[in-house]
Amino acid sequence: MSRFRQLPEVNAGSMADIAFLLLIFFLVTASIPTDEGLHRITPPKENRTTAEIKDRNLFELNLNRTGELMVEGETTPFSELRKMVKAFIDNGGILPGNSGYCSYCAGTGDALLSENPQKAIIALRVPREADYSVYVTVQNELQGAYNELRNEVSITLYGATFEEMKEEYNKGGVVTERKEVLQRKIKKIQEMYPQKILEISTSNF
Amino acid sequence: MSSLRTFRKNKLPAISTASLPDIVFILLFFFMTVVTINNQQIMVENTLPLATEAERLMKVDNIIEIYVGKPKDGQETLLGTAPRIQLGNTFVSMDQIASNALRELYLMPEHLRKSAMVSIKADKTIKMGIILDLKEELQSINLLKINYTTVQGDVFQNIE
Repeated sequence: MSRFRQLPEVNAGSMADIAFLLLIFFLVTASIPTDEGLHRITPPKENRTTAEIKDRNLFELNLNRTGELMVEGETTPFSELRKMVKAFIDNGGILPGNSGYCSYCAGTGDALLSENPQKAIIALRVPREADYSVYVTVQNELQGAYNELRNEVSITLYGATFEEMKEEYNKGGVVTERKEVLQRKIKKIQEMYPQKILEISTSNF
Repeated sequence: MSSLRTFRKNKLPAISTASLPDIVFILLFFFMTVVTINNQQIMVENTLPLATEAERLMKVDNIIEIYVGKPKDGQETLLGTAPRIQLGNTFVSMDQIASNALRELYLMPEHLRKSAMVSIKADKTIKMGIILDLKEELQSINLLKINYTTVQGDVFQNIE
């Protein structure tokens, strides 16, 4: 026993220095991934179909090469876009009792705007000469309009915003049952306000 | 009394630093888990546009990154100022996009291929033409999920 007590302690004072060196090395060589962006889904190439779309269900956005925006034939500042898109989608132009009536729409039922969110299509015409940053701005405002509508309906239905539910769904460590419930809710809201954005590229505009 | 005084004067115990390495190791492991080592060199100018509604890219493994922009400073004399596309670590011309993206897709683990997403990291000064062509190329190989990568910020600054 006495032999063990005599054994000198190993000096651990330099261990901290070594660990610090490693830490600093990682701090220098690595970067925290912070990528974020606007998700978009392009239509598949094969199924190009033609469909009759009523004029009221089509919301036309035109960009020109100098970076101006035209909404339904009128030059509009970008800051107005989100409000106009929301009004168009959430219009609810069919009277109660008729087929296609939108029970959750908060719009005014304008005769020139969409019948219901399922039929509402946004057509975005982009010339090749337009700036990418302007295009991103338009996409952001469209996404913003849909997000706001989805959040509103999500709060009244489930008491949580659409974005919160999506975040919880994507987070790791959620129980499978909870995930299924969330998935059902997310799908329901996506069906209530489906994103229908048509992109048309123009070369001679 | 006298023994207490001598204790105060001479034998003040040193603060033990034995747990310091542990603390530093915890920090180290934290950084090792949250961080990814960036071994890709971006060869184009890459100031991303601003957006407020951006969603986080959740996984890293199922993403194909495509950079678009003018060649960085110093290379203009060699490469000119026309916008270029960078996929992986090389410049790729428009008709090579499809085959290169497919190769990236093939390198992915199989269960992630279905949910593969293309992250377009385009400089905010470029024109839409190159983006539209790029989208068409990706459409031809059925890569339909696209993310326009942005930075959080006021969108209306993009227009100015």
